[in-house]
Amino acid sequence: MKKFIGFVKKEYYHIIRDPRTLFVLIAMPIAQILLFGYVITNEIKNASIGILDHSNDEITKQISSKILSSGYFKLDASINSEQEIHEAFRKGKIKEVIVFEPHFSEKLKKEGTAKIQIIADASDPNIANLLTNYTEAIIRNYSNSITTQNTQISLITPEVRMLYNSELKGAYLFVPGIIAMLLMLISALMTSISITREKELGTMEVLLASPLNPFTVIAGKVTPYLMLSFIDACLILLTGYFVFNVPVNGSIILLLAECLLFIFMALSLGILISTATKSQQAAMLISLVALMLPTILLSGFIFPVENMPLILQYLCKIMPPKYFINIVRTIMLKGGNLSTLWSDTLILAGMSIFFILVSVRKYKIRLE
Amino acid sequence: MDKEKAITVKNLVKKFGNFIANDNLTFDVYKGEIFGFLGANGAGKTTTLKILCGLSKPTSGQINVAGFNVYTETNKIKNNIGYMSQKFSLYEDLTVYENIRFYGGIYGLKLKDIRKRADELIQKLGLTNVRNELLSSIPLGWKQKLAFSVAIFHHPKIVFLDEPTGGVDPVTRREFWDMIYDAASEGITIIVTTHYMDEAEYCNRVCIMVDGRIEAIDTPAQLIKTYNAANMNDVFIQLARKAKQQ
Repeated sequence: MKKFIGFVKKEYYHIIRDPRTLFVLIAMPIAQILLFGYVITNEIKNASIGILDHSNDEITKQISSKILSSGYFKLDASINSEQEIHEAFRKGKIKEVIVFEPHFSEKLKKEGTAKIQIIADASDPNIANLLTNYTEAIIRNYSNSITTQNTQISLITPEVRMLYNSELKGAYLFVPGIIAMLLMLISALMTSISITREKELGTMEVLLASPLNPFTVIAGKVTPYLMLSFIDACLILLTGYFVFNVPVNGSIILLLAECLLFIFMALSLGILISTATKSQQAAMLISLVALMLPTILLSGFIFPVENMPLILQYLCKIMPPKYFINIVRTIMLKGGNLSTLWSDTLILAGMSIFFILVSVRKYKIRLE
Repeated sequence: MDKEKAITVKNLVKKFGNFIANDNLTFDVYKGEIFGFLGANGAGKTTTLKILCGLSKPTSGQINVAGFNVYTETNKIKNNIGYMSQKFSLYEDLTVYENIRFYGGIYGLKLKDIRKRADELIQKLGLTNVRNELLSSIPLGWKQKLAFSVAIFHHPKIVFLDEPTGGVDPVTRREFWDMIYDAASEGITIIVTTHYMDEAEYCNRVCIMVDGRIEAIDTPAQLIKTYNAANMNDVFIQLARKAKQQ
């Protein structure tokens, strides 16, 4: 135990005497969350649109003003002909054009129906989707209001409620993902680098030739990063809470415990990487390519797993971050507890044990 | 000879797959001796050294180090040996004193003893002024001497030095060997690998390895006589050439 403390102390010196790395480790979580939170946003405010009104009557004016007063859209230029539409899109000034057919209100009164065309710039499909959805919703709202006024038939109007993130805030989506990403980065990357560094320096041989138990060596290397990662997890949660008002609806203790489990998993992965590589560079490359990309792309962090091709969906199933992100989202946003999360938790625990066992095996082979 | 044996090796074989790194080695090392392993790169010196330190397991053979069996008593061996690797075995971002304290600690020395011995050592090496400086700021030669002192800090029975003088100037190398003689006179057995032939002549006995086998083992003076050579360099070239022709 005394030897172990001495070892951790040495690791502490390594970390504290490399202030640049330490700064990155502490500042990165906050920088990341601010970047993700502010830059990547799915909310739409003041999107420039154009309106081509062939009929220019009372109803089309009402609809137009409804749309423009919603706060999501602002009128950029009134468009007077079909030809101008393409030009406006090509110039990139507007994202959407709403076209009312001629004699709009007459047709609506006589035939009970009239046509509105919504044209969107789908070079950015996500935004195009959102814009048309918003526009349709506003128009549907308006048409409902006039039909209920004029006729006695009660129409069924669906009312959509967004649960758990009623304002569709991007930060709610990203905070859990950033926790997963950073814990993976710090735990796996930093441990694999710090272990391979001892190999490169030749100090690992000296440590193994000493009476230190090899597992004390590994545990001693891992412990400081466990603490650092845990501090980072707390920093992210605090920043999320105070800057973006991302709540923790479930048990904070359970959340932190799950974070520890995930850190443990990532550390065992880092150890595994370090048993397979000889140089710091190789360890860094493997950690970044093999860990960061799947964490970002194949975990449901940004892109929903359900929409992926089947093969990728299976691939996602073996990615630890997928389970962790689900756990964090469930606890933070839905207030879930262990009774709904036990299977995800067990899978993460199982993965950690698997990685540890493989590392121990590889470690032994190397000694023989 | 009925001198006390520090190491006995009988029919040591080490294979990596089909490659035979150590081919049936048999030799003894006596207590207090400076025993050199000489050989080209890849001749199997480092492999032998690693087996004797318990860093690597032999494929077969009977091996005793400091009176303990390498198969079953690795931990007892590790408590009784010191090891200095080819590369630097000290931490550049720790101070001189922190390095000493760390290595003393992993060999289970008491903090009180560490402090006392560290003070003596730092004074002896003339490092008092840089005691609390980071290792990266002191010259290479001093680091080398400190690394050796740290390897024998816990008073081991045997110390293994794997090419300890690579990249060091001749003057420092000479000083380094003075330290080795001092340690040997205190009864520490020294096993050293090298490919500097002048260093081979500093050893009490040398063992010349070629392609995983022991080609010759004797005192440097006797080897020079046997092979009718001018110096150790000649002996080595004769043996190495013979091996390649086979």
